Amino acid sequence: MRSYKLINPTLSNLKKLRSGDFVFLSATVYVLRDMAHKRLLQEKNFPLNLKDKIIYYAGPTPTKKGQPGGALGPTTSSRMDKFCKEFVKKTGIIGIIGKGARSKEANSCMKDNLVYFAALGGLAALGGSCVKNSKIILYPDLGPEAVYEIQIENLPLVVAQDFKGKNIYGECL
Amino acid sequence: MRVIKSKVITQTVAKLCKKAAYILPNDVLKSLKSAQSKETGLAKKILELTLKNADIAKQGIFPLCQDTGSAVLFVEIGQEIKIQGSLEQSLQEGIKQGFKENYLRKSIVFEPLFERKNTKTNAPAIIHYKIVEGKELKINLMLKGGGAENKSQIKMFPPTASKEEIINFILSVVKQAGSNACPPFIIGIGLGGNFESAALLSKQALLRKAPNKNKKYKELEEEILEQINETNIGAQGFGGKITALKVFIEYAPCHIASLPCAVNICCHAARHVEAVL
Repeated sequence: MRSYKLINPTLSNLKKLRSGDFVFLSATVYVLRDMAHKRLLQEKNFPLNLKDKIIYYAGPTPTKKGQPGGALGPTTSSRMDKFCKEFVKKTGIIGIIGKGARSKEANSCMKDNLVYFAALGGLAALGGSCVKNSKIILYPDLGPEAVYEIQIENLPLVVAQDFKGKNIYGECL
Repeated sequence: MRVIKSKVITQTVAKLCKKAAYILPNDVLKSLKSAQSKETGLAKKILELTLKNADIAKQGIFPLCQDTGSAVLFVEIGQEIKIQGSLEQSLQEGIKQGFKENYLRKSIVFEPLFERKNTKTNAPAIIHYKIVEGKELKINLMLKGGGAENKSQIKMFPPTASKEEIINFILSVVKQAGSNACPPFIIGIGLGGNFESAALLSKQALLRKAPNKNKKYKELEEEILEQINETNIGAQGFGGKITALKVFIEYAPCHIASLPCAVNICCHAARHVEAVL
């Protein structure tokens, strides 16, 4: 099992990763899930600059007083499959963090564009302990489904699909 | 007649929310430790981190999972007690308080299709009431994550279906859940009853800690668990020997025309706690 520490990775750093690699990621990630995808793609002018950024499909718990953020873990990526192609095209993101196998269409739109990381589902206390800063940057009315900008340090991830499209899950949905 | 004040019920439910969200039950911890000892490589590493996650959560800062779930309450009301105030309101208030005080995620929307506006309290909880003999009020709280719940299924079999057909259906549900529902799972199965009661049985099965009291159903639980663990889905779906930690079956009488089978998938964060008043 290959294991890497990545700090603010660029696309060329991410290209070196292979499916199945274990990664400790330190970076600023943009956290969003179902409703934020739906709204963002309905906007006339896309309100975020996500070029060369990593997004994370998640909805954290509220931040406790004195803490930098709440519990953070992945939600099921496949629910975002229907938005994936348009989202990747519109944003130029270089990484997605989520969990679980995705559709053939989602896998093929990630291939040659970005790396798909699996965060560890249900391990959100561990995820929360890697959060250094967290703030809502868009759609606060969505509550846990708002868009967050979260700074993470040493978040454990597994490369689920590498840049060339090799996928750990074997079969797609 | 014994009187229980609604305020006491609210306080109890609020405390249960904290316990359920932050502390992984001992039986699940034990199963995870046993699974970890059987695995190698990536699966072993994942299970090690799963145990570490439980350690961090019990310190009370971060809950086990960010999806602190929909709150499902199983309430057994002894027929010899009297509740002072509204039972329903006191239970719902307990959920609201418990979720607010403990910084748990509010994951419930008012209606499913159009606005999907968040209730911002995690209420209403889904409550199942049962009137029983005695002078006690028993409250079981389950916090059920959406990812695993989404992968649950029900099928109405004909009465002549074989054991193999039932097992194959359960295996297909587990395979479809796969990496999406946070394995290793705990599988609740409801057999018999009717359409809605089979689903309820499958959820109640998840509350059980001990093997089935009926020998045939106990053997069936073991057989299904063995076959699930041959699927090689493994922890987080990356492959491995342990895909499920436990299989629990609840069964009930049913119509001569039917054999309902419901499969409720639960992730490894099996959060359920009980209080007796």
